[in-house]
Amino acid sequence: MRAWLPSLLRAALLAFLLAFLVSPGWFEPLLKPLVQDNAPAIYNQGSLLTLTLLHLRTVAIATIAAIVIAVTLAILVTRPFGAEFLPLSRSLVNVGQTFPPVAVLALAVPALGFGEKPTLVALFLYGLLPIFENTLTGLTTLPPSVMEAARGAGMTDRQRLFKVEVPLAMPVILAGIRLSVVISLATATIGSTVAAKTLGEVIIAGLQSNNIAFVLQGGLIVGALAVLIYDGLSAIEAAMARRAGL
Amino acid sequence: MVIALLVAYGTLVAPFATFRANRIVPGEAKSILAALPVSAGVVLLGLMVVAAAIILLKTPALLRLAAAAVSLGAIALFIGLTATYLTPPENTYARVSPASGFWVLLFAYALLAADSITRLRPRPGVRVLLLIATLAGATAILVSGLWDGLSILKEYAGRADVFWLEAGRHVALALGSLFASVVVGLPLGILCHRVEPLRAGVLNTLNLIQTIPSIALFGILIAPLGWIAVNVPGAAAIGIRGIGAAPAFVALFLYSLLPVVANTVVGLAGVPREANEAARGIGMTDRQRLFGIELPLAMPVILTGIRIVLVQNIGLATIAALIGGGGFGVFVFQGIGQTAMDLVLLGAVPTVVLAFAAAIVLDALIEMNTPSQNRGRTA
Repeated sequence: MRAWLPSLLRAALLAFLLAFLVSPGWFEPLLKPLVQDNAPAIYNQGSLLTLTLLHLRTVAIATIAAIVIAVTLAILVTRPFGAEFLPLSRSLVNVGQTFPPVAVLALAVPALGFGEKPTLVALFLYGLLPIFENTLTGLTTLPPSVMEAARGAGMTDRQRLFKVEVPLAMPVILAGIRLSVVISLATATIGSTVAAKTLGEVIIAGLQSNNIAFVLQGGLIVGALAVLIYDGLSAIEAAMARRAGL
Repeated sequence: MVIALLVAYGTLVAPFATFRANRIVPGEAKSILAALPVSAGVVLLGLMVVAAAIILLKTPALLRLAAAAVSLGAIALFIGLTATYLTPPENTYARVSPASGFWVLLFAYALLAADSITRLRPRPGVRVLLLIATLAGATAILVSGLWDGLSILKEYAGRADVFWLEAGRHVALALGSLFASVVVGLPLGILCHRVEPLRAGVLNTLNLIQTIPSIALFGILIAPLGWIAVNVPGAAAIGIRGIGAAPAFVALFLYSLLPVVANTVVGLAGVPREANEAARGIGMTDRQRLFGIELPLAMPVILTGIRIVLVQNIGLATIAALIGGGGFGVFVFQGIGQTAMDLVLLGAVPTVVLAFAAAIVLDALIEMNTPSQNRGRTA
């Protein structure tokens, strides 16, 4: 019984989320007790579904860019010719992780103006680190025996990289991507303070008009998205790990 | 080499400072030679060339560190000079702020310093001393008034008392919630370690909390805390209110729990079985084992959790400003609202400095608590 319970819960959460996004009106009675003086209980300055899609699009663009750059960089610094830069890139990663996301966002505004761009940059920069670090870990902790065997079988450097190293490191890389996506989903809401169209808009509108129902629905949609995506990526990761025989 | 390119770009291509007739109009970019008196400009350019040469040639790490320190000091001094040079006398509206060239140079030399420090592998105490020296240097320049002409400090001059009030709040929020989460999280982690069935439930719940975006969590907490303030006698008197610092504190506390609890569990699970067996063999009680063996051995991992929490809290506390919780975020969001970027910097720069300092100090602490035989591995 325990095996299917989590999947059932996830399916229920997904169904609930979709229902809420497609037809938020159904849930109005649930949120009504939270608002005072006949304020609207459901966000009325835009469609929740559109905002959710825009939110997801922002996160997706930033994450894909981050994956491409971070994985490429990590592969480069683990090759013999890039080894010179390994300590430097490590310190860079450490430095980057101490930068608060709001600071990144705030500092990107003067360079890029308001709207979606600074948010994308902040998400991209913040998403780089977990992916880079995990790719590095994945590529540098491969069992030496496997590498020896690949070399012994006469594989070129290139073949080794794409047929042995990357596939073996994939579960760890995916774990980094998962972490990065979850952080980005939450951080994207802050983007609305600089006028990006994300679900943060709903939350901020709620904060400004003292409407808890808005805050709650914005927060819960993002939370539900994060949980579902996190679980989805975990499942892919588990499948990959099984295929890699780890 | 990348650093040398950055230095070259920062020196030759990008503007060193921006001059604006007042606070919000677009600025006029000035290169190093245009922003400084001729002699000073030449000195700075020469210094940058020497620094770039030191970077390009394979020089010892110590020399590189020295070059980075000297260059950082130089650009810090010269940006102050720029402000006095560019601002017309008796003009209080004009603003001179560091431009992209300055930031690129700052970044390049900071990177160089970080890189050479990593290569030198100094002991943790030395790293903290370096941090203190850097901060002391910056403070000295601040006190000397050399930077007073810069726009950030003009923003500061108008808000000095508010600045320190918000700084106090920021630190109190970040440290207070850290302290609370350690007080609660450490015993909770130990409990989760001892009572197996509890572990998954507690960790999953805390994981779930982490997925709620921070501004939403701040907002959601307004309702229950407001209710408590109205309905529980005495709660309002000790500062529990719907908006303000209370929800921010609770939210930061909730976010902090996961790293603390999870790292305590992981740390305790990593205690070698033999160590525990031996302790039991010499007749130590459960309590003695916990405090004498398990916690000290798990300490580096627990401290890593605390480091994550502290750095994260310092960053998240900026968002508390959105719900009236104070902190440096006040300046950031005011600045965004007025499109006054100097004001944003006034909030963002101290936040970043705080986060860095906290990270360096805690990293040193972690290393001091790591038994010497694995020191090589963690470095």
